[in-house]
Amino acid sequence: MSAPVLSVRALRTTFATPRGAVAAVDDVSFDLHQGEVLGLVGESGSGKSITLRSVMRLVPPPGRVTGEVIWQGRDLLTLDPPALRRVRGGEIAMIFQEPMTALNPVLPVGLQITENLQAHTGLTAAQRQRRAVELFDLVGIPGAARRLGDYPHQFSGGMRQRVMIAIALASNPRLLLADEPTTALDVTIQDQILKLILDLRRDLGMSVIFVTHDLGVVAATCDRIAVMYAGRLIETGSVAGVFARPAHAYTRGLLGSVPRAGAERAPLLSIEGTPPALADIPPGCAFAPRCALAEPACHAARPALALVGDGHHSACLRAADVLAQGGLLP
Amino acid sequence: MTGPLLSVRGVRKVFPLPQPLWRGLRGLPPPVVHALNGVSLEVARGETLGIVGESGCGKSTLARCLVRLWDVDDGQILFEGQDIGGLKGPARRAFNRRVQMIFQDPYSSLNPRMRVRQILAEALSVHRMRPAAEIPPRIAELLDLVRLPADAADRFPHEFSGGQRQRIGIARALAVEPEVLVADELVSALDVSVQAQVVNLLLHLQERLNLTVVFVAHDLRLVRHISHRVAVMYLGRVVELAPTEVLFSAPAHPYTRALLSAAPELDPARRTSRAATRGELPSPLDLPKGCLFATRCPLAFDRCHAERPEPTPRGPGHLAACHLPELPAQSQDRP
Repeated sequence: MSAPVLSVRALRTTFATPRGAVAAVDDVSFDLHQGEVLGLVGESGSGKSITLRSVMRLVPPPGRVTGEVIWQGRDLLTLDPPALRRVRGGEIAMIFQEPMTALNPVLPVGLQITENLQAHTGLTAAQRQRRAVELFDLVGIPGAARRLGDYPHQFSGGMRQRVMIAIALASNPRLLLADEPTTALDVTIQDQILKLILDLRRDLGMSVIFVTHDLGVVAATCDRIAVMYAGRLIETGSVAGVFARPAHAYTRGLLGSVPRAGAERAPLLSIEGTPPALADIPPGCAFAPRCALAEPACHAARPALALVGDGHHSACLRAADVLAQGGLLP
Repeated sequence: MTGPLLSVRGVRKVFPLPQPLWRGLRGLPPPVVHALNGVSLEVARGETLGIVGESGCGKSTLARCLVRLWDVDDGQILFEGQDIGGLKGPARRAFNRRVQMIFQDPYSSLNPRMRVRQILAEALSVHRMRPAAEIPPRIAELLDLVRLPADAADRFPHEFSGGQRQRIGIARALAVEPEVLVADELVSALDVSVQAQVVNLLLHLQERLNLTVVFVAHDLRLVRHISHRVAVMYLGRVVELAPTEVLFSAPAHPYTRALLSAAPELDPARRTSRAATRGELPSPLDLPKGCLFATRCPLAFDRCHAERPEPTPRGPGHLAACHLPELPAQSQDRP
């Protein structure tokens, strides 16, 4: 396998609070390969969005990011501001969950695209205009030339998300960071946007990190999955492998919480309790207090990610027993 | 009593928008949002009817009309054969007690300045369910029913997590011993592991208390899991209504089929590569003349744009509003 395009090592993001520093992201490491779609999955507060923002150095103070984010042989976390600006929006682009807040409401969308082209390409004004029309066509906005002068509020939710993708793609990024890009959309529109991102990945050879809480979206789009819980990475592997045979009790519980065909009106395999507050993470495995399989050792020391199968890692002391419980897919 | 418990007949609901000056000057009528455009369905005692659809399809409007938070503009909603629009005084109060609603947002549907004890006691005293002396034991009983600790009674809503707050909402609805629960997006604001807890609780309570449930949601997987029958709504109309198994295995309306194939499969091996629909919802201000789905339907033909189809029977308990008597076999694009 070729060298990864992005390599995140021991990423740790802390926020100073009156009660001391809390770690929203704690010792997260992963690799991303050329053309690969990685799904970063977790429930609210698991640190998945902050991980994405930490990679781009978009964490607002008092947040502090440590560790390494190696992109093209350079550490983004130590890059000087001019070099970082060239990477952001240029080589690495990002799209957000709420297109209404991510777009500038008082500028026409055409201007917001050409702004990016001006910053990251050497095109002339006329070329930029043509490229903007091309990009609108590419993301499937009908009447592209006519709509460049429209403002964000004149677009529907799905169309706004397409505008944001067009802006992100303006500079031919090699990596797309997508933070819950379809969560606010209806299912038929979500379907269109997901297929659009996959088509673009294929045609442009981009790598994608997809942050989502929806396991269905992961199953439909991602090559690999990384599951987060309480700021930590607890399981990684191929989507097919993890869905077929989860190796962490939390992942298995999460998969079991989703209703599936053939088991209608039967009780769902739910996880009791709620995730811990970040300021109050138990010692040992963060999931242990909710885990049916937890034993004394789980409460004592925090398990590290360990290889459990082909490219499949789990941070669970009882991984072998979870694997033995088997898959949940029909 | 064998008839349906709730019966919705040709219900319409419009919301007028503010009149822009230029329209008034030209003598045009104020614009209106057509939220419900002739909805008919029935709910039998003890069953769970799922209502699915995308945003703007009118499912929440229908839910609010069912509990008479809003009056309908045309048509009728009958509860045990009586038009709920005409209920007054004690009859109205009795209806309000017997048909309860649980709201989507557990953060805004509970009064933040009342303790859980007061929230539940208010429901009990408004409907004179218990003499004052019997209220505290009833509150303990209710908290136990929704699996909250007894000390929850003395806490405020902000002290609870989203899933626990939704349980308080359920306890408040159950306090008055209702027969029907109308749940509007009961778990959509919750994380998936917590969703499962609340769904399990709802199924358990329904069986134990013999409740009739109208479950409004956008999540197809969830609706399939919970419902005996499912109604699919599109732009204020029921386009298809069928027993759950039939609807999911043999949909008879192109929109239902599109909705089903747009929902991502949980099995990575069953991934599709083609988008299920083109285009977006038409504006509810200016509805198409014919079938409301015709603008996005891959199978639409001339008649669809001219004439709006009425629901016709497709099998036992199965209705679909489509001019095509049968859908052509679906092209297989699974890899």
